[in-house]
Amino acid sequence: QFGAEFRRFSLDRYKPGKFEDFYKLILHIHHIANLEVMIGYADVHGDLLPINNDDNFFKAVSSAHPLLRVFIQRQDEVDYSNFGTNTLSRKKKALVTLRNDNLRRRPHINISMPHDFRPVSSIIDVDILPETHRRVRLYRHGCEKPLGFYIRDGTSVRVTPHGLEKVPGIFISRMVPGGLAESTGLLAVNDEVLEVNGIEVAGKTLDQVTDMMIANSHNLIITVKPANQRNNIIRSSRMSGSSGQSTDSTASHHSLPTSHVLQNFHPDEMESDEEADIVIEGGLEPQHIPKLHSLTSSSLSRINGSSLGHRLQRDLVLNNNSGRESNGNIHKLLSSLKTDPRHSLVIPRGGIEEDGTVITL
Amino acid sequence: MRRFLRPGHDPVRERLKRDLFQFNKTVEHGFPHQPSALGYSPFLRLMAIGTRSGAIKLYGAPGVEFMGLHEENNTVMQIHFIPDQCQLVTLLDDNSLHLWSLKQHGGASELREEHRFTLKGPPGSPPSATQVTAVLPHSSREVLYLGTESGNIFVVELPSLRVLEDRTITPEAVLQRIPEDNCNRRSCELVEALQEHPKNPDQILIGYSRGLIVLWDLQNNKATQHFLGSQQLENLYWQRDGSKFISCHYDGSYTQWPVSSDNRQSEPLENTVPYGPFPCKAISKIYWQTTKNGLPYIIFQGGMPRASYGDRHSISVIHGSQQTAFDFTSRVIDFFIIFSSDPAAEFDDPSALVALAEEELVVIDLKSAGWPAVHPPYLASLHCSAITCSHHVSNIPLKLWERIISAGSKQNIHYSSMPWPIDGGTNIAPDPPQRDLLLTGHEDGTVRFWDASGVCLHLLYKLSTVRVFLTDADPNDNMNTLGEDEWPPLRKVGTFDPYSDDPRLGIQKIYLCKYSGYLAVAGTAGQVLVMELNDEDAEHVVDHAEADLLQDQEGYRWKGHEKLKTRDGPVRFEAGFQPFVLVQCQPPAVVTSLALHSEWRLVAFGTSHGFGLFDHQQKRLVFVKCTLHPSDQLALEGPLSRVKSLKKSLRQSFRRIRRSRVSSRKRRGAGGNASEVQEANAKFDQDALQEMELAPVQRKIEARSAEDSFTGFVRTLYFADTFLRDSSRHCPSLWAGTNGGTVYAFCLRVPPAERRMDEPVRAEQAKEIQLMHRAPVVGILVLDGRSTPLPEPLEVAHDLSKSPDMQGSHQLLVVSEEQFKVFTLPKVSSKLKLKLTALEGCRVRKVTVASFGSCKTDDYSENDLAVLTNLGDIQIISLPFLKLQIRYPCIRKEDVSGIASCVFTKYGQGFYLISPSEFERFSLSTKWLVEPRCIVDMPEVTSNNHVHNKSGPENAARKSRESGKGPDDCGEDERKSGRLMEHALLNDEKVLKEIQSTLEGGR
Repeated sequence: QFGAEFRRFSLDRYKPGKFEDFYKLILHIHHIANLEVMIGYADVHGDLLPINNDDNFFKAVSSAHPLLRVFIQRQDEVDYSNFGTNTLSRKKKALVTLRNDNLRRRPHINISMPHDFRPVSSIIDVDILPETHRRVRLYRHGCEKPLGFYIRDGTSVRVTPHGLEKVPGIFISRMVPGGLAESTGLLAVNDEVLEVNGIEVAGKTLDQVTDMMIANSHNLIITVKPANQRNNIIRSSRMSGSSGQSTDSTASHHSLPTSHVLQNFHPDEMESDEEADIVIEGGLEPQHIPKLHSLTSSSLSRINGSSLGHRLQRDLVLNNNSGRESNGNIHKLLSSLKTDPRHSLVIPRGGIEEDGTVITL
Repeated sequence: MRRFLRPGHDPVRERLKRDLFQFNKTVEHGFPHQPSALGYSPFLRLMAIGTRSGAIKLYGAPGVEFMGLHEENNTVMQIHFIPDQCQLVTLLDDNSLHLWSLKQHGGASELREEHRFTLKGPPGSPPSATQVTAVLPHSSREVLYLGTESGNIFVVELPSLRVLEDRTITPEAVLQRIPEDNCNRRSCELVEALQEHPKNPDQILIGYSRGLIVLWDLQNNKATQHFLGSQQLENLYWQRDGSKFISCHYDGSYTQWPVSSDNRQSEPLENTVPYGPFPCKAISKIYWQTTKNGLPYIIFQGGMPRASYGDRHSISVIHGSQQTAFDFTSRVIDFFIIFSSDPAAEFDDPSALVALAEEELVVIDLKSAGWPAVHPPYLASLHCSAITCSHHVSNIPLKLWERIISAGSKQNIHYSSMPWPIDGGTNIAPDPPQRDLLLTGHEDGTVRFWDASGVCLHLLYKLSTVRVFLTDADPNDNMNTLGEDEWPPLRKVGTFDPYSDDPRLGIQKIYLCKYSGYLAVAGTAGQVLVMELNDEDAEHVVDHAEADLLQDQEGYRWKGHEKLKTRDGPVRFEAGFQPFVLVQCQPPAVVTSLALHSEWRLVAFGTSHGFGLFDHQQKRLVFVKCTLHPSDQLALEGPLSRVKSLKKSLRQSFRRIRRSRVSSRKRRGAGGNASEVQEANAKFDQDALQEMELAPVQRKIEARSAEDSFTGFVRTLYFADTFLRDSSRHCPSLWAGTNGGTVYAFCLRVPPAERRMDEPVRAEQAKEIQLMHRAPVVGILVLDGRSTPLPEPLEVAHDLSKSPDMQGSHQLLVVSEEQFKVFTLPKVSSKLKLKLTALEGCRVRKVTVASFGSCKTDDYSENDLAVLTNLGDIQIISLPFLKLQIRYPCIRKEDVSGIASCVFTKYGQGFYLISPSEFERFSLSTKWLVEPRCIVDMPEVTSNNHVHNKSGPENAARKSRESGKGPDDCGEDERKSGRLMEHALLNDEKVLKEIQSTLEGGR
């Protein structure tokens, strides 16, 4: 029940009430009344701070500009060292369009990477990217959830030696509700797409970038410059991540060779979880073959060529139909097995033998 | 992940690559798109065609062609050759004049632009003052006369294109000598025609638009004679002896005028409206040609009765009692007559009429009875019916080649036997290395066989599949029927016929086996025909079978076109390829893939629903396989429903808008009054409209899934004798790749030859490979133990290929639109791959195995993949290691039809359509290069022939050709110096080394 759901509700900003009531309200809203949870919130610097008494609850509500993001975790999973660090800002970004009196809160489960959940997204290469950029990896485990976003053409402003210059760029134009992209919260409409799997999109057409993204859809890594720069990672060496600085770092950074940029990122890892093509050793059921033969040879004597063809064909239809059904099952089985890419697909041979169809991988 | 992209730093390989690959666009085949002007030099015997895009193309003897392009890309309005020179002048629609010349360079002639010039009037004068309407290159070769809209005739010096202002012939000067009562200033507006006296170069005939014609003496600068036409003038033509000239007019009449020095104002000798008495269209150009027997040839363009034949594009030829109005299939741009240009000859004796129509070139033999057309060796109208597909076969065995030619010659008996009359220049290109066939499939159900061996794409034979089917078209619709007593005596000429009787007849896939002469052709309505070459006419029944690709699956309804109805009983076929088997797919969707194995006598075909295998020896369907995903409604319903579905989706989106409007009304309706609601609605409408307008082009990012539309679409079929089941036994197999990234492999059992008719061919599905990236599979190939692609069927039997290596393990190459992937066989495990789309964002559109030979050594050649991407780039990828060798930009990425039409040859050449009527030929190979290489020699000019400069080009040309070197004052110097430089450089080893070191340093 700790899926990627979030709810919004409003509180009176000036009369927030007691922490006890708030705690009950949250449990009520999320139907988790019987669980011990830890409530946290994001402060103005993007740090995760706990809410466990009236004081810090009041502080949290008063500091909410424009909204308060509340995070709920199971008591036993809370990693207390997270509080006060930057963990949060890597994962979350606020929506700016919400109205002021709205509060948003989101039960979040990825903070301590519990084992019974699998990642749907991650931010990678934080240490080598300029802080205005974000490299997001979307894991699509052959799952049913669509990637769910759209891209469009647009113009972006770059700092060049000749001053500001308008250049064509690719932007996220739309998020499909319930899609993988939206549920990560790491991508937003109007984010500029800079790279797809380590390859710059500059100079490429919308259709080219579309093709690249779809071709990489099983393991899509996109580097974006978020439209909203408020939730950027603040590095200790710098005072704040201001959007003003971002542009020139864009220009300078892009001259780096791509392989260098992708240093954090194991090629093996990429190879391993992609594209295990499915090979089905087909063939007809052993019992069917003699049947087919007898039919063929017996018909040969009395029926002429074309009607024989029809008979044979119908027989094949039969076999193919059964073959397809089993194939379907295998597909399902495979996709369920494939949920964790790091698991090698070792399948007990007999286990999926159905109608004479064997899978080898 | 980038390891495949990084170019190898192996210097040996880099050098070898330079010896193997080289990109050149070599020649344009076919008919120029949108021709706009025609010119002819009787001296060079070269014809020039200008186009609306500013191209100029010169054609002479077959193989002699030149191309130039005006930078401005403006329409070429007029082309005039400078008499007795290798030069020509073009007039563009921006009123600029361009001087081009043919110069020899490196042993071959080249067409180059020398000068450009735009006539400028005095400041403040209207642009019409200098708008050039008529151009006369004077036989002195020193000046051009330019008639303008203002009536002024400017004189421009050659070759500098400088205006000689003192020699301008103004309307005022012309009017001085003409009595005022029948002429005024307006009579001299717009110069329509300028013609030089055939015998006296000091006299020119000036024709003004309003009908006034003046004979002007250049020496004395005065009008010696004037002629008052009552009708608007269109054109003028001198008779050979200069005693008469003829004028043609806007009302469809022509008039003969006598010329004599004693008569200042002449009355017309004869005024005729050839297609009167009812109002006729203008005669825009006329020739009067004298003959020995006294009866002249009068040849003119237009003049048809306005009301009933005003829409015809005609050129009429009148010779005594013979009269024919050649009725062209498209608008006539211009025409010229080839006649004796020997000045000593007494008569014109016309031999041929050359007419340039918008869509084709037609040449009529005027010497043979009945005036038959001449079969042109080039400038073929590829688009006489729209091209729907093409197929190239390299290295045709001589036997098959001769049989196709003989079948074609039987079709061409109505053509004249006259040798091609436009025969200037000398083709010095080496003979084509092999016989190549390009087969084009057309919308009207025909397949055309083109000789694609050399520079001239020449039609050898035309095959029609229409006879097999019952169509509404009347088979007896003869183009050349000439009824008795018909007036005007129209006769259809030309082959351009873009109107298809039935779009279902369209040819979609072609496969020709060059060893056996079997041809498989598949079309739009799911029809697959297998044909055999027969040298005789024959009448026989075509065996007919149906392949139900849906296999009785319920609940599907095909909403597309119906299948074609077949003709019952025997059908008569002319000599050539004659169909003997027809398989019709059910549903009758367009055939998307086709493969023929002539050795096993099997044909495989695929549509958007599935694929089937047919045994054309036993005439029996072996099996069908449905590839359709059950949820794929779009593929099911057929092409027509796609339109419907668009409509449906539009309807849905409107419904959505309406619904949201209703809900918004509800929301507001609670408190507001009616007007408020209305207002809100109006606002909503506006918003919705704005939203629709502002909605940017966006693309959905979604992984492909099995449920996508058209995943079952069969993209490729491939026969291979390989190790499909186990590594000890190879067997025939059929491979099919779909749009959804699935590869099916079927194991085939083909009975041995002696029992081929007795036992059925059997097939079993052996493998199904689902590529995880689900991209459309566009190519399947099996590599043998030496990593060489398996040979074509019968190739080994004809000793033209080594037998494949069956000892080493085979590999399977699957090319999808997004990546190349090599698998082991028989256990299909991924060995290596090259990702294209993931890295570059481009997709594979066409892929072929091509053999590349080294230009340095004869004994080295290798097989590589030639790939065309959706961005129009061509990439060469090595086999079997899938390393990118080289990449060339070839087609603009916006040119979708160009990319779709591209076809590669087996030896690294290719063709693609640059317009509906033209193929661009390109070459990726250093070794196999077909490009025009020709010389145009200046025929010797008879030195003291100052009266008439039209020297005998035939003799002169022949003489110079025989002697091997004609005098060519143009470019001689340049050539000499160029050669000297070259010589010096090549002899100096130090220089060579220096060049080499700089080249290497640069890298």
